[in-house]
Amino acid sequence: MNAGIPLSYFLILAALMFFTGIYGFLTRRNLITILMSVELILNSVNINMLAFNRYLYPHKLEGFFFSLFVIAVAASEAAVAIAIIINIYRRFTTINVEDVNEMKY
Amino acid sequence: MTLRDFLLMRQELLLIVATLLILSAEIFRDPEKKRSPDLFALILFAIVTFAGFLPSETGTLFGGMYEVTDTRLIMKNILNAGVLIVLLQSVSWLGRKEYEGRTSEYHIILLSTLAGMDFMISAGHFLMFYIGLELATIPLAALVAYDRFSNKSAEGGIKLILISALSSGILLYGLSMIYGTTGSLYFDEVARLFRNGNLEILAFIFFFSGMAFKISIVPFHLWTADVYEGAPVNITSYLSVISKGAAAFIFIIVLFRVFPVIIESWQKLIYVTAVLTMTIGNLFAIRQQNLKRFLAFSSISQAGYLLLGFIGGTQTGMASVIYYILVYVFSNLGAFGVVAAISNSSGRENIGDYNGLYRTNPGLSLVMLLALFSLAGIPPFAGFFGKFFLFTAAAQKGYYILVLIAVLNTIISLYYYLLVVKAMFIVKNETPIGSFNSDLPTKIALGICVAGIVIIGFAGIIFEMIRNSSFGV
Repeated sequence: MNAGIPLSYFLILAALMFFTGIYGFLTRRNLITILMSVELILNSVNINMLAFNRYLYPHKLEGFFFSLFVIAVAASEAAVAIAIIINIYRRFTTINVEDVNEMKY
Repeated sequence: MTLRDFLLMRQELLLIVATLLILSAEIFRDPEKKRSPDLFALILFAIVTFAGFLPSETGTLFGGMYEVTDTRLIMKNILNAGVLIVLLQSVSWLGRKEYEGRTSEYHIILLSTLAGMDFMISAGHFLMFYIGLELATIPLAALVAYDRFSNKSAEGGIKLILISALSSGILLYGLSMIYGTTGSLYFDEVARLFRNGNLEILAFIFFFSGMAFKISIVPFHLWTADVYEGAPVNITSYLSVISKGAAAFIFIIVLFRVFPVIIESWQKLIYVTAVLTMTIGNLFAIRQQNLKRFLAFSSISQAGYLLLGFIGGTQTGMASVIYYILVYVFSNLGAFGVVAAISNSSGRENIGDYNGLYRTNPGLSLVMLLALFSLAGIPPFAGFFGKFFLFTAAAQKGYYILVLIAVLNTIISLYYYLLVVKAMFIVKNETPIGSFNSDLPTKIALGICVAGIVIIGFAGIIFEMIRNSSFGV
C-alpha cells in the first residue's frame, strides 16, 4: 500500500499551499481573493491531516474527522465573511481593501 | 450517558436552551404588536449566571473530549458575570430606533459565542478546542458589523473575520504538525508523547502565533485597535474583556497541560512577547485621541502583564492569571460602561470631549476614575492586587528584569490613564457634555463594577479559592 507517492510529497504540497495562502492574504487587494487565500491555508491543513493519518497512523481516524470539521467550519466562515463583504460593497461601493480605510492611526 | 453526565455540561446546555428560547420567542412574536424579547433575554441570562454558581460535580465526558474541573468552572463563572454586566450595559443602546425589531439577533449571537467560549474552555481534545474557538469568533464578526449603516462597523467586521480566519489557519497548521508527531489530539496523550524536537518546536510556534492573534499579543496586535474602534461600544467591551479573557484561559490551560515538555522554549518566547506587548501597547496608547482606540491599546498592554503569570508555569501563576482576569472584567467593563453611556447619549468618543465632565456628570466621572485607577494598579483598588500577584508569580521564578520592565510600564500606563482623569476633573471647558441621567440597567451594571473594583482586592478568600482549585487544569 502507498507504494506510489512518498509522504514528503504531500507535506511539501501542503507547505507550498500554506505559504501561497499567506502570500496571497498579504498582497491581494480584493476582499474575495483574500478570502480565497484563507481557504487555501485551511485546505493545506486538511492535506497535512489526511496525509499524516493515512501514512503514519492508518489505524486511527482523528485526522480524517478533523479535516471534515475544518471543511464545515471554513464554509460557515466564508458565509459570514461574504455577508460582511456584501455590506461593505453597499457602504463603500467597492471591495478593494485600499479604499476601505476609514480607520488609521 | 445518564442524566448525571449531562448535568456536567450544565452551563453550556443552559446557554443553548436560553438561546433557543429567545430564538423561538422572536420567531413567534407578532412584529406589529409586541416589542422584541429583550427583557426576557436578560432574565434568562441572569438565571443562567446564577445557576452557574451552584455547586457542580467534576469529571470528563465523551471519552475525554470534554472536561469539567473546579478551575474551569471558576473561569466560566467569571465570563458569565462579565457577560451579564455587558448585557445590562447594552439595554439603553439597544433601545435605539434604528435597531428596532432586530435586537434579539444581538442576544442570540452573543449567547452563542459565549457557549462557544465555554466549550473551548472545557476542551480536553484539540477538535473540541477548535470548534469552540470558531463558535466564539465567527459570530463575533457578525456582531462587530452589527451597525448596518456605519462604514466603520462594516470595516471592523471584515477585519475581524479575515484576521481570525487567518489566525485559526495558522493555528491549525500547527495542530496538524502536532498530530503528525504524536498521532493523537487528546491533551493528555499529546502531553505524554510530545518530545523536544525540531518539528515539535515548529508546531508549537505555529500554534502560539495563532493564539497570539486571538489575545492580541504584539506583533500580532495590529487588528485590535481598528476592530475595537469600528464596533459599537458595547460590543467592543465584550470583545476586549470576555473574548480576550476566554482566549487567555484556554491558552494557559493548553500551555501548562499540553506543552510542559518544551517549557524552556516557550518561556523564552513569552519573555520576548511580554516585553514587546507591554511596551508597545503602552507607548501607542499615549497618542490615541479616540477613547475606544485608547482602551484597545490599554487592553493590549494588559495582555502583556497577563503573560507574566504564564511565564513561570506555576500554580501561583495560573491562579494570578485567573484572578487578574476577574479584576480586569470589572475594571475594564466599568471604563467601557462609562464610555458607552456617554457615547450613546451624546455620540462623542474623544478624550477632548471629556473635558470638564466632572461638572456635569460627577457620578460617571467617579466611576471612570475608579476603573482607570484599578486598570493602572493603584492601591487599594483590585487592579493593584491583580498586578501584585502576577509580578509575584514571575519574581518567584527569578524573572526580576522582566518584573522591573513591567513595573516601569505600569508607570507609563499611569501617565496616560491620568490624562483622561485630568481631562475629566481639571481641564476647564465652556461646552462640556450635557448632564444626563443613565437608565436603571446601566446604573446597576456600573454599581456592580464599582463594587467589584473595591471589594475584590480586600476579599483575600477569592484568591485563595482560585489558588486551591488551579492546577486541576
